Amino acid sequence: MSDELKPDAFLSKINGCHHQSPITGWMDTPTDIRKGMYCYAANPKSVEYLSLPHAHSWNPMDDDWKLPDNWKEILHKGFKERLERFRSLKIFMDICVRCGACADKCHFFIGTGDPKNMPVLRAELLRSVYRNDFTTAGKILGRLNGARELTMDVLKEWWYYFFQCTECRRCSVFCPYGIDTAEITIMARELLNLIGLNIDWIATPVANCFRTGNHLGIQPHAFKDMLDFFVEDIEDITGVALEPSFNKKGADILFITPSGDVFADPGTYTCMGYLILFHYLKVKYGLEVTWSTYASEGGNFGFFTSHETMKRLNSKMYAEAKRLGVKWILGGECGHMWRVIHQYMDTMNGPADFLEVPVSPITGTRFENAASTKMVHIAEFTADLIKHNKLELDKSRNDGKIVTFHDSCNPARGMGLLDEPRYVIKETCNKFYEMPSNTIREQTFCCGSGSGLNAGENMELRLAGGLPRSNAVKYVHETHGVNMLACVCAIDRAALPTLMEYWVPGVEVTGLHELVANALILPGEKERDTDLRGEPLASMEGDDAE
Amino acid sequence: MPNKKQIYDRDKVAIGLAIFVALISFPFWFNMGKASPAPEIKLSDKAKAAKQCIAPTAYMRAEHMAILDLWRDTVVRDAKRVYSTNDGLTFNMSLSTGENSCMGCHVTKADFCDKCHNYASVRPYCWDCHIAPKENK
Amino acid sequence: MNVNYLFSLLVVVALFLFAWVGAGVWEMKYLFGVFIPYAAFITFAIGVIYRIVNWAQSPVPFRIPTTCGQAESLPWIKQNKIDNPSTLWGVIVRMLLEVLFFRSLFRNIKLEFNAGKRIAYEWEKWLWLAALAFHWSFLAVLVRHLRFFTEPVPFAIQMLEEMDSILQVGLPVIFLSGFALLAAATYLFVRRVVIPQVRYISLPADYFPLFLIMAIAATGMFMRYLTKVDIIRIKELTMGLVSLHPAIPDGVGTLFFVHLFLVCVLFAYFPFSKLMHSGGVLMSPTRNLANNNRAKRHVNPWNYPVKVHTYEEYENEFRDRMIEAGLPVDKKE
Repeated sequence: MSDELKPDAFLSKINGCHHQSPITGWMDTPTDIRKGMYCYAANPKSVEYLSLPHAHSWNPMDDDWKLPDNWKEILHKGFKERLERFRSLKIFMDICVRCGACADKCHFFIGTGDPKNMPVLRAELLRSVYRNDFTTAGKILGRLNGARELTMDVLKEWWYYFFQCTECRRCSVFCPYGIDTAEITIMARELLNLIGLNIDWIATPVANCFRTGNHLGIQPHAFKDMLDFFVEDIEDITGVALEPSFNKKGADILFITPSGDVFADPGTYTCMGYLILFHYLKVKYGLEVTWSTYASEGGNFGFFTSHETMKRLNSKMYAEAKRLGVKWILGGECGHMWRVIHQYMDTMNGPADFLEVPVSPITGTRFENAASTKMVHIAEFTADLIKHNKLELDKSRNDGKIVTFHDSCNPARGMGLLDEPRYVIKETCNKFYEMPSNTIREQTFCCGSGSGLNAGENMELRLAGGLPRSNAVKYVHETHGVNMLACVCAIDRAALPTLMEYWVPGVEVTGLHELVANALILPGEKERDTDLRGEPLASMEGDDAE
Repeated sequence: MPNKKQIYDRDKVAIGLAIFVALISFPFWFNMGKASPAPEIKLSDKAKAAKQCIAPTAYMRAEHMAILDLWRDTVVRDAKRVYSTNDGLTFNMSLSTGENSCMGCHVTKADFCDKCHNYASVRPYCWDCHIAPKENK
Repeated sequence: MNVNYLFSLLVVVALFLFAWVGAGVWEMKYLFGVFIPYAAFITFAIGVIYRIVNWAQSPVPFRIPTTCGQAESLPWIKQNKIDNPSTLWGVIVRMLLEVLFFRSLFRNIKLEFNAGKRIAYEWEKWLWLAALAFHWSFLAVLVRHLRFFTEPVPFAIQMLEEMDSILQVGLPVIFLSGFALLAAATYLFVRRVVIPQVRYISLPADYFPLFLIMAIAATGMFMRYLTKVDIIRIKELTMGLVSLHPAIPDGVGTLFFVHLFLVCVLFAYFPFSKLMHSGGVLMSPTRNLANNNRAKRHVNPWNYPVKVHTYEEYENEFRDRMIEAGLPVDKKE
């Protein structure tokens, strides 16, 4: 659909949706499951592999979703159980006053104009059933109190719209009560998973991750092969031969990053960045960092399935750190991976009393903020190295890049990692411009493809959801000539290039450590004439670079 | 599984609820053990003899402040100083000047004005300018 | 015509008429002046406590604050200690700002499609301002009314009255808070009807409390400024209630009973409605937790073991290929 739709026409269409009031109330507006806006149903083999309930083959476009006969009962019971387990859910079901402050904060609402994409209404989809099933007023007053029964139509609406939320939490920043749609979407997806209604872009990566340790299903030997391939590329560019460690017992630090960076451009350059940095630290300071093939995934699509699945996948990090006997864990650049590590890991799979409180052996900095979880974000780690002048950097090698920084949703709103990456960028690049203040830091806009929605079949949805972010990039692209969008998230690196190509041609996407590695002067390296992408350095192009 | 009977964050919730209960029950405990009947107005002999003020009692209770406000404006702006009632009686439109003014009849501010004003927490600004008549013991 | 607000409006009108007829025509003054107020108060108190306890019966399994600024990190990185607190004190300040000044709502901005092609964000503080005016004036009105429930009237309440009546317009003097309350409630209603998105999401449960509060403010102001009441008799009644010696003095007008009844409805309705956001905001896990997740372990009371894929199982499946690729293995066979 969006293949034919040019950006200009797409914008007119969105604008039209925003200015056209729906004729019928939302409870009376049936859901039209539209191609381009949804992801394919989960492959039953993946669901089965994880022994998750009711694995079955079905098609969202069909009338019959082949549900178990007692699906209503399952959902009612599941809802009740979650209300008892999560105070957040209970409170968020009860206290919304529908002030509407969240409405135009959602990138999907901005990009589609569909009122059911307003965070408040997305939550009402669930709340209406909550009122009907669990509150006295709802039982007595029914629709007058915003209550409605759970029917097949309602269920389809749930499935359609809870897979049109990227759990980015932007609405939660603006909500006067902190109601977090991510939390509501998480619960709704848990419920949908109880009757086997996952999407394949989530279910299959989760099954892969459970088996092979990473979403892409890369087996150990292939994982090593891929990194070895980067090692060759790096040697071509820098003249230095690296020797990364795998599954090495007794290493100082275990490093875990999303497997997406091992697999697809431009994340691969970020991955090369990690390799270069670790090599530098090894030869200069004797720091031994090891990769793991068993825990070869930082990301956690289990988080988009259920709390339990998240825990099952996440368990590998501590298990592997314990097995290898490392001191602490270093985590790569990823969004939801860090939400899981920061807000869930220690609670779910801790205490990590077999690890040490992280200390950078190079600078002596003790990472007090990670004292219990014992996992440090690589942006924190690198920022600390640079601050202590432990890295020899040649900023000018990034001069061809006019950079802006996209805060990834989860590190921004589920953690507060804002200034560390900025510091690293400013220390490795000469040209850095911020996007408008309403679109960065805690108010950052999602890439529109998070929470397992970066499939190919829902491209129209992704382009719509990515519009607000792209719009802000376009602004700095036009005013400052920005040509490089930096980020600290693997999903961003996978999703943003598509967005840029469509909405803001001329802007490329990079991870933080690609910039670091471009600037980092390796001992014994040859004079570099290209960056990691093999593109000539600006300083090499001489005068015509100006 | 969470236990339905258990209250989590018990201390914080208890503190919060204690504050809530203390606040909403404030009027109950604040007045506890204190008898505070509505004040009875003490009328002077002259007032008693007159039986009625310039209008029926119920009306005066509700509207006296508005009457005084109107009187003040009439005197200051129109220089009209005499008020005639429906019964043909005339009064001096004054709060406190002379036998024929308000205080001429209601001689004791403390007994007549303040009792109710204090009870209702009303602090009229009459006495910012007017001087209360000397009170006879 | 919008069924949602019409319905709410009709309910409030019906309640008004019910009290008017009940107290004025049927003379059921004891019911409206004593029985219903006590019943409403008890419903309110027990209802709110029940709701809070009910919420507290569900644990907070994970520490999930929404972070709205730089986290505590390296010592030379400046933390936003209020919007991203890492200590109890930070959380207290964050909650105070949230509860007293609606910090999050203050961030509000409005989306604009410029010429349909460009997204821009506009200044939009009206909702914040109206909400602030609404809640603070409501509080002032509520506290001022304590003059009917205390004897002697505490100095603090007298001070509040003085401040509230700084504009000495007419007699009795004007209390600004009442007008502010009515104006703010009216604004909140109008915006619900005028802004298409907000109208679309509004339920009768959103209009009802607004109409109810508007009716309460209007009847109160009507009594104070227009019809006038014998305030001493009213205080006699209210003091009778709080000293647990209820009595209905003569000479209390019907409008007062209507006003009182509507207030009772509001109190009784409170625990069962969205008005519980007042208690809920204090228990909202995205706001009331410190962002010290990695520094201090948070315990989930229902954490249970799950089926995991162990390294052993993994190595068993891939051992040969791992050995072939030169990867270290635990068991060499």
